[in-house]
Amino acid sequence: MSVLRPGIDPLSHRRLQRLREGVIEWALRACAFAAVAGLLLIIVFVFREAMPTLLNPATPKEASLAGFFATPLWQPVGDVPKYGLIPLLVGTLKVVIVAMLFATPLAVLAAVFSSEFATPRLREALKPIIEILAGIPSVVMGFFALIVLASWLQAVTGSSMRLNALNAGIALGLGVIPTVFTVAEDALRAVPKSYREASLALGASRWQTAWNVSLPAASAGVGAGVLLGLARAVGETMIVLMASGNAAITSATVFDSVRTLSASIAAELAEVVMGSPHYSVLFFLGALLFLVTFVINVAAGVFVVRLRRRLAGT
Amino acid sequence: MSISTFDTTFKPLPKQRRFDLQGRTFTTLAGLAALFIALMVAVIMGNIILNGWSSVTWEFLSGAPREGMTRGGIFPAIYGTALLVLLMVMALVPFGVGAAVYLQEYADQTAWSTRAVRFAVNNLAGVPSIVFGLFGLGFFIQFLGAGIDRALGLDVVYGKPALIWAALTLAMLNLPVVIVTTEEALKTVPREMREASLALGATRWQTVRHVLIPQAMPGILTGAILAISRGAGEVAPILFTGAAYFLPFLPSSPTDQFMELGYHIFVLATQSPDIDATRPLLYGTVLVLLALTFLLNLTAITLRARMRASLAGRS
Repeated sequence: MSVLRPGIDPLSHRRLQRLREGVIEWALRACAFAAVAGLLLIIVFVFREAMPTLLNPATPKEASLAGFFATPLWQPVGDVPKYGLIPLLVGTLKVVIVAMLFATPLAVLAAVFSSEFATPRLREALKPIIEILAGIPSVVMGFFALIVLASWLQAVTGSSMRLNALNAGIALGLGVIPTVFTVAEDALRAVPKSYREASLALGASRWQTAWNVSLPAASAGVGAGVLLGLARAVGETMIVLMASGNAAITSATVFDSVRTLSASIAAELAEVVMGSPHYSVLFFLGALLFLVTFVINVAAGVFVVRLRRRLAGT
Repeated sequence: MSISTFDTTFKPLPKQRRFDLQGRTFTTLAGLAALFIALMVAVIMGNIILNGWSSVTWEFLSGAPREGMTRGGIFPAIYGTALLVLLMVMALVPFGVGAAVYLQEYADQTAWSTRAVRFAVNNLAGVPSIVFGLFGLGFFIQFLGAGIDRALGLDVVYGKPALIWAALTLAMLNLPVVIVTTEEALKTVPREMREASLALGATRWQTVRHVLIPQAMPGILTGAILAISRGAGEVAPILFTGAAYFLPFLPSSPTDQFMELGYHIFVLATQSPDIDATRPLLYGTVLVLLALTFLLNLTAITLRARMRASLAGRS
């Protein structure tokens, strides 16, 4: 791009170029702020669909914030619809607890194995396996839980309900394992080699080093992995929608069917009248999911910063 | 991967004479956890491949569902998925790459505005996919679509579930994927390249356009492919923004609804009047979706590995 082309005043050309550079920089900045705008729009529009009806005194009492805890039932369709959130909250909690109890030990232990004990070849073999698991779409995991896993679990546990919180929780746990594993393993591998060498030189065995040195040093990262997994488990939809049975039962056993917050939205929204109380309640559930996962993700971010600081402060 | 290689890791340390029960238990448990995960993956993949293999015929791939979805094929779902991800990528890549270039090459890393963008990108990645579905319905369809209809004096054309709204919803969902992978790729371009270009008199944008983006191309492609793979498998965001249970015709305009592979799996698995008759079709559809995402991921992983290797070779 020659500036000294005959017939073009070099100065005005340069001015033009500077203008172009400025315009492009603004365009790029706009792209970057699209992410901020996106997050804000999500907040605004999910709450916008939920709040007016809920706060409007003309809407039925059942669909108001007070009504959510006034009834123990979730029966959104009927002469007198009941929007009790308790069964949904209990259901979500049950599935998420099963999922995290299943996924956390497996993923963290496997991450310790991969970063502390495995030979390089073995570690390279484990990585694509986790990547395959991460690449399985949640609808496929839901399908597997619905068609295959549920029958196996019923054969083992003898529960009367084929689709229940245990089934959904384990399937959800399988979906969460890659998240927890990847973050925890990254954190463990970021622990400086000198820590391990010092421990081994003092006569500690490899497992003592892993347990007393590597894991504590990487604990913030492992915590971040577990939190990110938790956020995913709370918000995940297709797996629980297909595997949980979707009956809004409030009970303490994992062998009952459950209906979760996310599954209620997915199952009911397509059939409700836009702007109706039911529609607003479902958006409220979405807003609730957003808030919970947002808080967990921010907490995970804090953990990551803490890990970085600890490992950098050596 | 051969299972027998696990043995080598349990060798007791040479200096330990006493049998170390705690240590043995811990290392064995860690190894078993890894083995268990590997086995579960093998079981899931094996089950789907073995049961789905015989269903995937040419007729299945090229035909439309028939007789209440108990026969026929899945071509409309494949076609709809392809259109959906194509539109998504067209909307997504310019924004994602632009944002990454800004963050990596222009932005002041310590400015609060840059931190706000990074915070938003990180948290956008954690928003549940069903919330994206709600957002797509509330913003794209109810607000934007209905607004366009009102402004143009149309009947309901844009203010209803459609291909374009589903694609834009998925683009929002995948924005962090493209930003993060592109940024990673830009980081691998050596500083000297930027300096050489600027020293030759190129402007900042010329440096980006002719030096950095070509260098970061594998990374950008990786991001786009990962986004396609994720977009093809996500069902929750398109439930209310455009996916159709069944359509007797192929979508021909961005305002049409569409059939999609993931949603088709959901429909076949949960709404079939005769699950035994549907089962072969269901397994076939799952296998097709899985093969599709698997191939896309493999391409992305290979590209990324090559990018990292070339970086390692450079330093």
